[in-house]
Amino acid sequence: MNLIEVIKENVIRGHTDSNAKYPPDLAGKPGVKDLVQNAIDEMIPASQILNESLIAGMEIVGSKFSAGEYFVPDMLLSAQAMKSGMQIIEPLLKSEDSKKIGTVVIGTVKGDMHDIGKNLVRMMLEGGGFEVIDLGINTPPEKFIEAAKKYPDAIIGMSALLTTTMENMRISIEALRANGLNNKVIIGGAAASQKFADEIHADGFTRDAAQSVQLVKRLIGLAA
Amino acid sequence: MLHCWQNIFKMISTVEKKLIISNPDELFFGLAPKPVKCQRGFEIGNGVVYPEINFTLPQIIINESTWKEVKSIYTEIIGEVCKRAIELKTPALVVEFELLPPMTMNPEWGAEITKILSENLDVFYKKSGLKSALRVTPVDIRDTNRPPLMRSGELTVNMFRSFELCAQAGADMLSIESTGGKEVHDDALVNADLSGIIFSLGILAVKDMQYLWERVVDISKNHNVIPAGDTGCAFANTAMILADKGMIPKTLAAVIRVATVVRSLQAYLAGAIGPSKDCAYEGPYIKAITGIPISMEGKTSACAHLSYLGNIASAAADLWSNESVQNVKLLSAYAPVVSLEQLIYDCRLMNLALKNGNEFTLKYRNLMVESDAGLDPQAYILKPEIIISLSQKIIQEDSPYKMTLCAVDETLKLLRDASDKKEIKLNEMELRWLDILSMQFDEIPGDEINLIKKMKNGIYADKFLPAEYDI
Repeated sequence: MNLIEVIKENVIRGHTDSNAKYPPDLAGKPGVKDLVQNAIDEMIPASQILNESLIAGMEIVGSKFSAGEYFVPDMLLSAQAMKSGMQIIEPLLKSEDSKKIGTVVIGTVKGDMHDIGKNLVRMMLEGGGFEVIDLGINTPPEKFIEAAKKYPDAIIGMSALLTTTMENMRISIEALRANGLNNKVIIGGAAASQKFADEIHADGFTRDAAQSVQLVKRLIGLAA
Repeated sequence: MLHCWQNIFKMISTVEKKLIISNPDELFFGLAPKPVKCQRGFEIGNGVVYPEINFTLPQIIINESTWKEVKSIYTEIIGEVCKRAIELKTPALVVEFELLPPMTMNPEWGAEITKILSENLDVFYKKSGLKSALRVTPVDIRDTNRPPLMRSGELTVNMFRSFELCAQAGADMLSIESTGGKEVHDDALVNADLSGIIFSLGILAVKDMQYLWERVVDISKNHNVIPAGDTGCAFANTAMILADKGMIPKTLAAVIRVATVVRSLQAYLAGAIGPSKDCAYEGPYIKAITGIPISMEGKTSACAHLSYLGNIASAAADLWSNESVQNVKLLSAYAPVVSLEQLIYDCRLMNLALKNGNEFTLKYRNLMVESDAGLDPQAYILKPEIIISLSQKIIQEDSPYKMTLCAVDETLKLLRDASDKKEIKLNEMELRWLDILSMQFDEIPGDEINLIKKMKNGIYADKFLPAEYDI
């Protein structure tokens, strides 16, 4: 297995560095942080490490989660491992003029305080190479408008858990459109459905965090 | 009319080292050592299981322009529910009104709905003899902002005002699903980080419960209503739902459930007298420790959320609830009426078993227990003998923090042992996480001060405000 593959494997296993105790069978062995440094020392381009080890590893992690082979904590260990590698290559990526593949603004809509699902979406999107602007919980339409103006190319993600707050997704989308903002909007959360997304003219609906990456990629033309 | 809390005066000021129910065969539905007397002619936990119906609005925005419609929906629901309760001859009915966030943020709104429900229950009591009680549950809106202000600010003021106004408007019991510590727990939960979970439940949640319930009990006394109880819903039910969706290990959800016992117990130490909240699946532990009656939900709450505890949840229930259901039309009737009918039939069976004596009751209880217990760790920890055994160990500890540590440690060992003995079946992923959680536990400080110090400077430092918990 070459170094790129070894890093990818360590991302998948969620092994950050030689000090990390998890997973127990890898404790004491080099992890993503150590291996990425080795790769840099071997003059492997940072963009190759990013795409073929870190993002590729996280894609497999997402697939494993969707297949019921990983729990969220497994994914988060992987995300943490990925992040430790990212910290090393980020300065180099800037000099290589490598950009994030897109920006996503996310928030739980007004009146709703639930954010576990939204936070998982943020984590998956960041793992997928996106820049994520998180507006938090109880987000009024004005905040979505403000963010859409600031990030005109961003996808906007709205979340709601309650049947009494899901209507605020409709109101927020209408407010965006009334202000002449045409950012694509995706929705999610226990109360949402594809049918509801169609009804409120959202551009997409995601059933879970793992699917959000594919949905966003599809909307920006990076996936079929 | 006096409520029984005034007679009890001070139930327990500290946790006794002895359980009120120490024999698993005495932990069953319908009977609690400390029953609660209600205003409209009945007593909870005195030999009969009663239905507790809860309902919520269909898809609607709550604001000034829809308020008239909102009121008419609640009026219609309570009328239909009472009518069906009378037709099915239920011995009594408990109605829970869980306020929605705008109804707590505008306390007058919650009080207005409380008044509608209370007046309707009065009418049906006087006209048709329907015995009833109204539990009102304001929302813990302090969680609206992060990090939350737990003891100050407009949201806190409105939450306590909501208790006051609802008590004045006709509530018979006050409850809340409090959220102190949730701001840390949410992140700790998805990371399966036991140190964060224990900090949240054993320190933050405990301190907030002590602060909150002292005040809710005072409000209850001032308005002659029952300070009923709280629930670990924000923690353990979140875990249960995430486990159900395959997001976190079920073993972790089971551990968190037992760990919530200690924070939920604080309400009763502060003077709450039950019945506990329906979604508090830790209720049977509370019943064993304190003797108060409990409300539970199981298969009848599938309308609100799925679970693996459908039958076993009713094994020690004194009230049997549906959690909540939207007021939508089904083939037979509106959903709250359908839910009520299901609850009443379940209660009939339990009450018939009770009527037939102890042997019959235990047989029926054991069927409910055994039908679920081996299929999921979250069900397994609700077996009566396990409840008694774990509760006994928990209450031997001297502080809420040490009690929480004990709850976690003993549950981890119990689940490992149950898996080894093949009493529960855990897959490879679950067993892997059981190992990881046990490794994590070994590194958690035995001293509360050290964990607080660690957390004030650790990864959760920006999630909570220490001063809001007096730490």
